[in-house]
Amino acid sequence: MRSATPWSDVVSYLVEATGETLYMVGVSTVIATAFGIPVGVWLQLTAPGGLRPAPVLHRVLGFITDLGRSMPFIVLLVALTSVTRLIVGGSIGSTAVIVPLAVGAIPFVGRLVQNILSEVHVTVVEAAVTTGASTLRIVRSVLIRESLPALINAIGVTVIALIGYSAMAGVIGGGGLGDLAIREGYQRFNDRILWSTVAWLAVLTTLIQLGFTRAARASDRRRHASV
Amino acid sequence: MITVENLTKSFQGVNALNGVTLDVEAGTVLGVVGPSGAGKSTLARCVALLERPDSGAIRVDGTDITALDGSALRAARRQIGVVPQGDSLLRQRTAAGNIALPLESAGIPGPQRRTRVGELLDLVGLTDKAAAYPDQLSGGQRQRIAVARALAANPSVLLADEPTSALDPETTGSVLTVLDRARAELGVTVLVVTHDMGVVRKICDDVAVLEQGRVVEHGKVLDLVNDAGSRTSSALLPAVDLNPINESTYDRVADVVLVGFAAVGALLPEAAHRFSVELNIVGGGLTRLGETPVARFRLGLNGERSDSALEWISEAGGAVQRSLKGPQGVAA
Ligand SMILES: Nc1ncnc2c1ncn2[C@@H]1O[C@H](COP(=O)(O)OP(=O)(O)O)[C@@H](O)[C@H]1O
Ligand SMILES: [Mg+2]
Repeated sequence: MRSATPWSDVVSYLVEATGETLYMVGVSTVIATAFGIPVGVWLQLTAPGGLRPAPVLHRVLGFITDLGRSMPFIVLLVALTSVTRLIVGGSIGSTAVIVPLAVGAIPFVGRLVQNILSEVHVTVVEAAVTTGASTLRIVRSVLIRESLPALINAIGVTVIALIGYSAMAGVIGGGGLGDLAIREGYQRFNDRILWSTVAWLAVLTTLIQLGFTRAARASDRRRHASV
Repeated sequence: MITVENLTKSFQGVNALNGVTLDVEAGTVLGVVGPSGAGKSTLARCVALLERPDSGAIRVDGTDITALDGSALRAARRQIGVVPQGDSLLRQRTAAGNIALPLESAGIPGPQRRTRVGELLDLVGLTDKAAAYPDQLSGGQRQRIAVARALAANPSVLLADEPTSALDPETTGSVLTVLDRARAELGVTVLVVTHDMGVVRKICDDVAVLEQGRVVEHGKVLDLVNDAGSRTSSALLPAVDLNPINESTYDRVADVVLVGFAAVGALLPEAAHRFSVELNIVGGGLTRLGETPVARFRLGLNGERSDSALEWISEAGGAVQRSLKGPQGVAA
């Protein structure tokens, strides 16, 4: 019978793994948002009743997006190995995980964004059109700004989803909290590490969710009693 | 000034507009009225350059704006201020921010923008609401901000689609006052689409009645009320036959429309005096079209010179619409 890992070691394990997770998820969220928002905007602009309806383009883009979303992450992780090597100069480690995480999240963010933008009322968009605003201005000042609270929430949802996906990072040596729970905890029958990690993950995701909800509410000018 | 020429538009076989021709003189207010489904919104959307007509032209100061694209289209849109049907303000922007939107589109720099927004807030009487968000404003206040936004880029035409349909009568008044001020103070040409004849009564110089995509009546409100058969007169003038009268008590019974202070105030007593007839108002009443008092009365006359009295009234500017009893008409 082996003695339990000392708490001080558990904490340093958690600190290191949290750093890896936040690094992987943070960078891939930024990339996924930077590409996913334009994808969502494009989907919405070309949609029937959008500002630049283009049925064929819309369907092609939608098909690619949905194909990307339906791809299991673990498959993407290995399938993208050569692409990853090309981009980050290696195919293992935390940095290498960022590529499949970001690629997998772009279509996810794209669809979320499109759904959110489609909620902006057509009268509001048309009112902006009648002011002689360019499409770019309408996208920025109307579609995106009017949806900002929902978009911030959507990014929060993406972060949580990516934390989940990043648990599979261990497959290519990415580390992180999921990997810690599986390799050090589950596979080595180390219950203290396993359950500490699970508990910490719950706290972390709750905190992140809370942060995004707060930010979304702060950006929302609707139903504010006073400015 | 704006002219609509022979405009047609159909949607999957439904002819929403069947050759609509209209004109609105600079600095006047035209009300486009008609039943639901008549094509009013389609007309408004074509004029707002949100919908392209199948054929016909829309001329603003002589230039056809229906076939423009790109930046020319955007510039033309700035010439036509639009108050869309329904809630159209950005909910994430303040009242002032909403009014500034057309100015941003026009590339007007910040300081000038702020000055202009201040002027417009003043015009619509909401200076104290500059920093309020739409959710903090009442329906009528939101609609006045929408009017201010429509006027921001100094358009020559102001178009409003059902600007008062969601409002109670009191608030409706405040929005109509703002439209009227826009015409009076900025000289803008106003085209207001409505199903509410009250809007026509309060602010319109001209009216066009649309039915099934066609203009079935178009003219000055004060002219049309003198025309007994017009839709406008029956919709705007007080009813004359609410109380059945005993026509046998009178030698003559006639309906008369009187327009203006002088006519309403003095014409009838003067006629009675001149021709020594007994002249009673047996039906109808008084109303107001804009600032002008207008009356439609049913008159009962007794006396030998009743016909002469009616003739004199007619010559003096009162429109004797029909004689129900007497030489010009047959008792009903
Ligand atoms: N986008 C559209 N697609 C199909 N039919 C339409 C569309 N817009 C208007 N119509 C039809 O055109 C006719 C006129 O509608 P509209 O202009 O909205 O009338 P109004 O504003 O006078 O009530 C109606 O029969 C309506 O169903
Ligand atoms: Mg309508």
